[in-house]
Amino acid sequence: MKIREKKVPMSEQLPQERIKNFNEVPFGYTEEEAVLEASRCLSCKKPPCVGGCPVEIDIPDFIAKIRERKFREAARILKEKNCLPAICGRVCPQEEQCEKVCVLGKKFEPCAIGRLERFVADWEAKEGIEIPKVEKPTGKRVAVVGSGPAGLTVAGDLAKMGHEVVIFEALHKPGGVLVYGIPEFRLPKAIVQREVEFVKALGVKVVLNFVVGKTKTVDELLLDFDAVFVGTGAGLPWFMNIPGENASGIYSANEYLTRVNLMKAYLFPEYDTPVIRGKRVAVIGGGNVAMDSARTALRLGAEKSMIIYRRGREEMPARIEEIIRAEEEGVEFHFLTLPVRYITDEKGWVSEMECIKMTLGEVDSSGRRRPIPCPGSEFRIPVDTVVCAIGQSPNPLIPQTTPGLEIGRHGNIIADEKTGKTTKKGVFAGGDIVTGAATVILAMGAGRIAARSIDEYVKSGIW
Amino acid sequence: MARILKKKILAPGIKEFIVHSSLIAQKALPGQFVVLRISEEGERIPLTIAEASPEDGAVRIIFQEVGKSTKQLALLEEGDEILDFVGPLGKPSEIEFFGNVVGIGGGVGSAVIYPVLKALKKKGNYLIGIIGARTHKLLIMEDEIKPLCDEFYATTDDGSYGRKGFVSDALFDLLKEGKKIERVIAIGPVPMMRAVANLTKSYNIPTIVSLNPIMLDATGMCGVCRVEVGGETKFACVDGPEFDGHKVNFDLLASRLATYQVEERISLERFEKGRG
Repeated sequence: MKIREKKVPMSEQLPQERIKNFNEVPFGYTEEEAVLEASRCLSCKKPPCVGGCPVEIDIPDFIAKIRERKFREAARILKEKNCLPAICGRVCPQEEQCEKVCVLGKKFEPCAIGRLERFVADWEAKEGIEIPKVEKPTGKRVAVVGSGPAGLTVAGDLAKMGHEVVIFEALHKPGGVLVYGIPEFRLPKAIVQREVEFVKALGVKVVLNFVVGKTKTVDELLLDFDAVFVGTGAGLPWFMNIPGENASGIYSANEYLTRVNLMKAYLFPEYDTPVIRGKRVAVIGGGNVAMDSARTALRLGAEKSMIIYRRGREEMPARIEEIIRAEEEGVEFHFLTLPVRYITDEKGWVSEMECIKMTLGEVDSSGRRRPIPCPGSEFRIPVDTVVCAIGQSPNPLIPQTTPGLEIGRHGNIIADEKTGKTTKKGVFAGGDIVTGAATVILAMGAGRIAARSIDEYVKSGIW
Repeated sequence: MARILKKKILAPGIKEFIVHSSLIAQKALPGQFVVLRISEEGERIPLTIAEASPEDGAVRIIFQEVGKSTKQLALLEEGDEILDFVGPLGKPSEIEFFGNVVGIGGGVGSAVIYPVLKALKKKGNYLIGIIGARTHKLLIMEDEIKPLCDEFYATTDDGSYGRKGFVSDALFDLLKEGKKIERVIAIGPVPMMRAVANLTKSYNIPTIVSLNPIMLDATGMCGVCRVEVGGETKFACVDGPEFDGHKVNFDLLASRLATYQVEERISLERFEKGRG
């Protein structure tokens, strides 16, 4: 049988329609489409895709089950290694991981592993989720700080091992960046809710509105728990520290997205939290968060939504899929452009942004060509809303209130890559709080690793 | 969920709740605040803690009904549950022996200054209290603040009670008399804190103000509460809410507070129409 050269396409909302709503853009595969795509998998004897997956899913195995239309079994295989497949199937950068090393990809398009993962997870949700067996209770208690991807993974894994797990979440909804950061049109909140319910069904308790470092410190948690895992993410937004940046109408991406996603400001006034529905919106940055913000602005009714990025299209860290979607939707890209100051009106609102043109010089430490300003090239762009999406650093609340925890140069918690152990006995950490802002799946990978060593530690008591 | 144990009307449009939260009551220190939310559609509202009693797990909050959310909050009764109640947030006040300390509360700011004064008294400071309001019936906390103070003054804008004028006028009286003052703490509306800070600057008296910018998560994540202090950007929720009053950019604070004026009006009108 001749192999299809291209992935089976996934149908999606048309750009001119989807910018008018917050519904998810792709619809997902039908059973027929999934089986057809699954038939493209070469079932390699030594599958490189498994090594490309941070949580080591048995990819050819679950795809084989799809091919055999044994979707329930496919779901079981997925869930063995991944508590959150519906999320990973949507937001993982597969093109950098499993699909990057897919053997089929050497000649043709790689097998659509992400789309198949999503299909299986959604199929299971529709048909009824099966709760895996958990080990008998060990009597050990673990506190997990933060309910983002790292926290949910570590909690799910430890619960399966028979430990008693309590997640402490600062916000009023569980999910961390999955609920406050990633927009509804990319990751529906009902799906996050579903995955959280799954983790709870494993026996994990979730305590909301509990700010570790304030409500109780890590040291106080250690009195009640055998171990503590810190997965509090990269919650401190960066600004550029340029003149006028505190004007009204200038947001951090965290604020802009939190208003819209967590607080549902797009439904104002039915929901109480407002957000500015700017007509001319400039988003600073070239990552996924910048794409999310620019596409959110369109859905809030912007006439012009612009990405302002200091390097070129090739250098943008966002997933190519997200860049293409933003382009399709009409986001305007201003490359090699750097804001230098903001001009405000008499009421303190941002009205213009002064930018300078850049050129690319030598390759820098990030492996990308360094942007250099062109003197005298300043020009102005009229704007009424600005979203600063240039990155964020680890949340300082726990580093500041936990003596004995070694902190790195960027405010990150120092933890062993292979175990998640910090410099403080009984305390583990993983995800963005350790690495700085990265991806959902890397945080989950760190959670998986930490769960193994927490299990060892609480059972043996050996640090 | 946190249950409202007691509700009291302190003045027209100013309410007091005693809320049950053992965790927060055990931890709260003067100057810290809570964030609450009352419904699934609700916004997150920061409110300073007026008092905390660890022994009965009670947290006292006092608020003025200004917008939709605070008006809706005011409709809750004893026995009702507040959906989300989180804290204590922010850095606590600096409580030390300073000497002669003037504590100034304007409007609902009097509720916020109360726990700070109580703690400063314990440290042996000589306390001069000044509280003010637009008119007598809006003046709150006098019964509790006055007994704490070695000297006490009340002011009303309309002269219906105490000294006619602003709290800053009462402070100016003291300064003109040549009163020795080591520290001033002023909590209240932006124009009042600005007036006090301007006044004490010329006398070189260290002055602390407690800022009330718009907040969202209130844990340092969003940056909406950014304020400028000495030319540097700070997040009031984690770096504050108290700052050196001589260094605060009050103009910026006032303009950022007005960001959602239009939306706040829409929300309030819609709410009142729904009720009427």
